[in-house]
Amino acid sequence: MAEIIDMPKLSDTMSVGTLVKWNIKEGQTVAFGDILGEVETDKATMELSCTVPGTILKIYAPAGSQLPVGAPICAIGKKGEAAPEPSAAPAPKAAAPATAVPAIPEKTDVSCLPAAPASSGSVAPQSDASRAKASPYAKRMAEKAALNVAALSGTGPGGRVVGRDVAAAAAAPAVAAPAGPLNVAVAPPADGKGIQPDADVPVGGMRQTIARRLLESKVTVPHFYLEVEVDAAPLMAMRESLNKRLADAGADAIKLSVNDFILKASAEALRRVPAVNASWAGTSIRQHGAVHLSFGVALEDGLVTPVIRDAHAKTLKDIAVEAKALIGKARSKKLTPNEMSGSTFTVTNLGMYGVTGFFGIINVPNAAILSVGATIKKPVVDAQDRLVIGHRMVIGLSGDHRVVDGANGAQFLQALKQLLEEPALMLI
Amino acid sequence: MAVITYREALRAAMREELKRDDKVVLMGEEVAQFNGAYKVTEGLLKEFGPKRVVDTPISEAGFIGLGIGASMLGIRPVMELMFWSFSYVAFDQIVNNAGNIRYMSGGLINCPIVIRGPANGGTNVGATHSHTPEAILASHPGIKVVCPATPYDAKGLLKAAIRDNDPVYVMENTILYNDKGEVPDEDYIVPLGVADVKREGADLTIVAHGRAVITSLKAAEVLEKEHGVSVEVVDLRSIRPLDEETILASVRKTHRALLVEENKPFCGVDAQVAYLIQSKAFDELDAPIHRVSSIDAPQIYCKRLEDQQLPDVNRVVREALKVLA
Repeated sequence: MAEIIDMPKLSDTMSVGTLVKWNIKEGQTVAFGDILGEVETDKATMELSCTVPGTILKIYAPAGSQLPVGAPICAIGKKGEAAPEPSAAPAPKAAAPATAVPAIPEKTDVSCLPAAPASSGSVAPQSDASRAKASPYAKRMAEKAALNVAALSGTGPGGRVVGRDVAAAAAAPAVAAPAGPLNVAVAPPADGKGIQPDADVPVGGMRQTIARRLLESKVTVPHFYLEVEVDAAPLMAMRESLNKRLADAGADAIKLSVNDFILKASAEALRRVPAVNASWAGTSIRQHGAVHLSFGVALEDGLVTPVIRDAHAKTLKDIAVEAKALIGKARSKKLTPNEMSGSTFTVTNLGMYGVTGFFGIINVPNAAILSVGATIKKPVVDAQDRLVIGHRMVIGLSGDHRVVDGANGAQFLQALKQLLEEPALMLI
Repeated sequence: MAVITYREALRAAMREELKRDDKVVLMGEEVAQFNGAYKVTEGLLKEFGPKRVVDTPISEAGFIGLGIGASMLGIRPVMELMFWSFSYVAFDQIVNNAGNIRYMSGGLINCPIVIRGPANGGTNVGATHSHTPEAILASHPGIKVVCPATPYDAKGLLKAAIRDNDPVYVMENTILYNDKGEVPDEDYIVPLGVADVKREGADLTIVAHGRAVITSLKAAEVLEKEHGVSVEVVDLRSIRPLDEETILASVRKTHRALLVEENKPFCGVDAQVAYLIQSKAFDELDAPIHRVSSIDAPQIYCKRLEDQQLPDVNRVVREALKVLA
């Protein structure tokens, strides 16, 4: 009797899996323990091993497709046997647990699972939207906020809608409204030739993390924004003269980037205004004794934020060398989780792209993020009221108002401005 | 405020009550001349003499019965069991007689007895010496049960128990006897039936009693430092009467609950607490209630396995993260 193999639940938080690749073809014979393919979860890519020997009758889900836990992915049975038809087509990319329940010919007690012993029938979520899985608390919150829980996508175990999902939906009602996959209606290009083919690109683990964390930050942290313009001329001059000398060092030569100076100055400014080096902890505010400085590194497919530990105790050179090593590791995807966690403050820099000023989203649980713009030449009025050519850099601070008030944030920017405008202060 | 051990706190409670009320007497195996099997009653024979601090034969059914009879006639006995595990020998006295006499006499006879002693695993003394009978005893109407976790609570609860007019059974823990904590010099009691929020938090409520409170507080530290989670720890202190409102208030605040106890899981105290929460705060729950208990087997003699049998910080952290998923 043929058996339908479902998308397995490979972690507590997994609600959707991506079939990265198949190792098998329809008609192929498989034995117990054969690796059928690979599944990417929100956490890792895992091998899917076979616990039902037989012949692959049908592959329902092509490689690259994204399926909710419990959706049918293939059928295994006797050679020549007809593949069973799942009761409905698998719903690709359905974030909500509403999904197809595979037609199971008989009560199945085995399934293709790497580890977890769950029968293929029991993991399939209910398809009835009125029975959408939601915690009692989430249901009550949704009722109060006049939201339909069945329309929300759950981040709890097995796709359960929990309180935070309702809070996020209530904070961003426009995003929460569509029940199914986001339908972006776009008129087709008139001449049939667009800039690129229309496509729905599956979302990988890193992008999921970015989406989840930044959405959580933006909807749960009360951001406020401050901006200050810095005279970058002294910094440029110092950097140029230091780099000229450092270049003579031969094999040990290092080159200081503008960002290195900003990292060093930020650590020093946090020493002066430690109120910004803190985290919201629900019923208390955690003041961090050390500055662990994280900075954004753009990658082709996303963004990571490695951390320079104890930056307050490091010299400009230490910071430059460590930042360079971390950037290298980030680009080759060799950063360990430890090297990306535990920050107390974050610096982002889009100056190299000519962006003159912006405000980043706070990297929770930091209390603030610094956004650094490009240094540009522009007319300024100097101390003698003359119009001169200035080198100006705009730096922005996004602060968590639960932890930092406008005045603290302003003091921090003031300290930072002073350090950047008189960079010799960083040497002390 | 003095910093003293859990053991000294219990002794101070008994000394103060022996002084305050001449009806209070201590009885038990080795409590007098040997100064107590765990030295809790050390020095009290010398201070109060053999009429107030009495050694008994090795016969729990006999001497607990003696104490119950005396309590019905106005004495306020504080009985020591070398281990609460030995209470099973005296179960008829402890449950049938002490627990029912006020009801069966139509309120004419009180039984103001206190029975105290260690009730814990984790000390490599084997299956028959490691019972934690708070759930068994608390399931009987007419009986009060307390499980102090700190020196402050040990003293305050024991004093409240001695002054109470019903049988109160105090479950101590030999592993906690040397734990130190601040205890006020002035007279105070911890009322029976009042839980204590030992740590405030916003994301998860851990409900615990006895040494599990200490384990949970350590786990809460780890959860905050390593996972950025703010955990509230509610110490039941009294198993019966149970402070329902403190438990429910905490769950209404955090919407998630993990219950930790050193009992075996089957029909444990936390089975009752879980029922309470789902029954009175169902709409507040954002996740299923989880429990961490001792592993369901007779107490294991091998020390390393026994350490795994009891809830430890790792297991509490792991289970907490599941509730927080």
